[in-house]
Amino acid sequence: MNPERPKRKLRVATTSLAGCFGCHMSFLDIDERLIELLEHIEFDASPLTDIKTPGQCDLGLIEGGLCNAENVHVLLNMRQKCRILVAMGACAINGGLPAQRNHLDIRDCLQTVYLTGVGLNRGFIPNDPELPLPLDQVHPLHDVVKIDYFLPGCPPPADAIWQFLTDLIAGRTPQLGHGLIHYD
Amino acid sequence: MTFTLDGHDIPFEPGQTVVQAALAAGHYIPHLCYHPEFQPHGSCKVCTCTVNGRTATSCTTPASEGLEVASETPEIQEIRRDLVQFLFTEGNHFCPSCEQSGDCMLQAVGYELGVVTGHYNPLFPNRPVDASHPDVLLDTNRCILCELCVRASAQIDGKSIFALSGRGITKHLIVNAESGRLGDTQLATTDKALDVCPVGAILRKRTGFRVPIGRRTYDARPISQVTVEPAK
Ligand code: SF4
Ligand code: SF4
Ligand code: FES
Repeated sequence: MNPERPKRKLRVATTSLAGCFGCHMSFLDIDERLIELLEHIEFDASPLTDIKTPGQCDLGLIEGGLCNAENVHVLLNMRQKCRILVAMGACAINGGLPAQRNHLDIRDCLQTVYLTGVGLNRGFIPNDPELPLPLDQVHPLHDVVKIDYFLPGCPPPADAIWQFLTDLIAGRTPQLGHGLIHYD
Repeated sequence: MTFTLDGHDIPFEPGQTVVQAALAAGHYIPHLCYHPEFQPHGSCKVCTCTVNGRTATSCTTPASEGLEVASETPEIQEIRRDLVQFLFTEGNHFCPSCEQSGDCMLQAVGYELGVVTGHYNPLFPNRPVDASHPDVLLDTNRCILCELCVRASAQIDGKSIFALSGRGITKHLIVNAESGRLGDTQLATTDKALDVCPVGAILRKRTGFRVPIGRRTYDARPISQVTVEPAK
């Protein structure tokens, strides 16, 4: 890292939309480098801090694609609050595993899962008003907002996340060479 | 006889294409529909270079004395990235659940070119999976229409089991059987057509995920190295 660059710590928000938290786990997998990282960044809203809504941030890391209305809401808010927004992981970048329902009719999906599937007895499609409405298709983040950087992988390896963040903190365009770009 | 590729002298023999001579000389040019055992097809355009100032597919350009070929210029690499991104977003490529991952040329060319996003809005087409054959799975979600299986089945296996049908965005792979199903063809596990698919569209059943991550074709070395020094 370039020691002269940031006098002020970068404010970083992270969130998981339609993801599995694997990318966040991989982030934690940078292990003791987290301590070094915390000399350069501070977390705002994130599952790691349990702060729910972001303030003004320098960087937003988003795991997961968009599978329901709440995901879109959170994404739009992150875009407003974060100077740089990063799609982290396969699901944020192309919808990932959840998007494999995209060729199916959402009504058929819900009926099979809650009404007609094997072993279901008097099931019903959940309709609590608190539940966000599912979208008819799962979308990658860049279908809805401008994304500044993409960090592929399922999940991105810890070393890729580290490389990406240290590049950004040092004011460089992140460069992932062979072995750090992964789609799986 | 030589031509130049990005300033390097490349020797060639009469009849060789630019890609053939370049690869033989140890210089990688990205490609997907080119296969050394088949006539060039010129359809994926990923091998596009500037040849004497004009863009051309280098797999169909005959090598000739004094040609000036530019391959790794920012403009050409950008064209290639675009083409690869089209392929990713026109089909359904979910690498984490694909048996070909790590051995896939499309994926490896993506890594080579530094593609980190499909960039375009994915089309999420509804394409069929055909599991009717006892030993072979056909997942057209991942087909990139390179016609290698078409060429192999017709020219080597003598069976013409595969063909492309339709035009433009509706173009798709079809199977030569009344039912349209692979299980109703004479496809055999010894067919060349099973070994040429550059992606995970034609797969042998019960062999997926056998090679652990880290030991797959393009895990340790990028495709640019594996292609020109395969044995290493
Ligand atoms: S065919 Fe290749 S690019 Fe497509 S999903 Fe499989 S590994 Fe990924
Ligand atoms: S199935 Fe494979 S070999 Fe055949 S056209 Fe599609 S990508 Fe090419
Ligand atoms: S490799 Fe030349 S067009 Fe496909």
